Amino acid sequence: MSGVRVLVGTRKGAFVLTSDGKRQKWDVSGPHFAGWEIYHVKGSPVDPDRIWVSQSSGWFGQLIQRSNDGGRTFEPVGNKFAYDGVPGTHQWYDGTPHPWEFKRVWHLEPSLSDPDTVYAGVEDAALFKTTDGGQSWDELSGLRGHGSGPKWAPGAGGMCLHTILIDPANPDRIFIAISAAGAFRTDDGGATWKPINQGLHSQYIPDPKAEVGHCVHRIAMHPSKPNTLFMQKHWDVMRSDDAGDSWHEVSGNLPTDFGFPIDVHAHEPETIYVVPIKSDSEHYVMDGKLRVYRSRSGGNEWEALTKGLPQQDCYVNVLRDAMAVDSLDSCGIYFGTTGGQVYASADSGDSWAPIVRDLPAVLSVEVQTLA
Amino acid sequence: MTARVRVALPEHLRNLAKVGDEVELDVATPVTTAAILDALEARYPMLGGTIRDYGTHRRRAFVRFFACGEDVSHEPADAAVPAAVASGTEPFLVVGATAGG
Repeated sequence: MSGVRVLVGTRKGAFVLTSDGKRQKWDVSGPHFAGWEIYHVKGSPVDPDRIWVSQSSGWFGQLIQRSNDGGRTFEPVGNKFAYDGVPGTHQWYDGTPHPWEFKRVWHLEPSLSDPDTVYAGVEDAALFKTTDGGQSWDELSGLRGHGSGPKWAPGAGGMCLHTILIDPANPDRIFIAISAAGAFRTDDGGATWKPINQGLHSQYIPDPKAEVGHCVHRIAMHPSKPNTLFMQKHWDVMRSDDAGDSWHEVSGNLPTDFGFPIDVHAHEPETIYVVPIKSDSEHYVMDGKLRVYRSRSGGNEWEALTKGLPQQDCYVNVLRDAMAVDSLDSCGIYFGTTGGQVYASADSGDSWAPIVRDLPAVLSVEVQTLA
Repeated sequence: MTARVRVALPEHLRNLAKVGDEVELDVATPVTTAAILDALEARYPMLGGTIRDYGTHRRRAFVRFFACGEDVSHEPADAAVPAAVASGTEPFLVVGATAGG
């Protein structure tokens, strides 16, 4: 019987939540790596038993863990993330040059075709790749070498490369996003990159043609339409239909267009989800109500999804990597909050129920659809 | 020449290396902080990068070293540790600093 496995990274460990296809009763295992910050947990689409974990700590640095048995056991693999050549400098908060320094891995994106190949997005922003199952990691330094690197500056959460999208039709095409440098695309497997930020407008960037500097929070893509991208920016929900060459705003009737996550329905490429929060200075949902917003028209027209979600006295946030969708016939949507709840909907967002309510603050949510 | 040295690790690193309160290592003489960490990382490769930086070998900011009740974190890595540690009478302590929230 089909089922799902939800992989949850939190401030204090990882949790694995499993259920059958009904997604009503859940088994919860964890915390794995108790006490460590788990920025991301993601399974290989080629081999679902292979799961990758970014484990970090302010005391002891970065580790990468790998499971080969669906999350029952893990083993540490290579954790040496050395920038290629002389790292150089980026722009610091005060505008001065600041040396590139590795801090942590924000996002792990397994290859769509090879279980031993994984991309890692790190802070300070760079993209690394392993092709030997995580034993060694090499920087795809063409990204930082693009030339705009000295102008990149950290967002409030650090200068992180947090989004990696691989074009399923063309593995040489990869999209990445960095806070607060913007979005970039490679068409040659990572050797060279171009910024794809035209059409983005940010209040604090006076140049409407600015090549970099936009605080992109998250990008999502439906695998059947890889040229269509949806972006949750610092403010604004954006859309591109030309693989990022140009963007236009689709915030429409959202009550606020500030937020972090954005995702696409598994079977409806024009159905997208966001969780708006009040503002850049108040990182929690508006009016004490936890509302997911869904657009079935690829943006602009949004409806609030509230059934089963708290509608009073709720002041949580949903972080950029903390939303995911399964691919069962009735598409499941999942998200985790900074208050430690993980909510699931088995009906495309029409109704919700918590899987767990009291985990540490949730940093990431991914889901595997199991045969 | 090697010396038998006892090393105590903080809980997170004990869990990572799957070891108990202390490990015993054969450390090249003269016994220094660097020599102890070289032996530790050779025996437990998963600890690489968790105590000191891979490239520079600089101690991570929130890790401290103690020997015979003294904080030796700021001693040169190639300075000899106290004789009681080098002889295995006293353990070399790797400690997660009380900081970070």
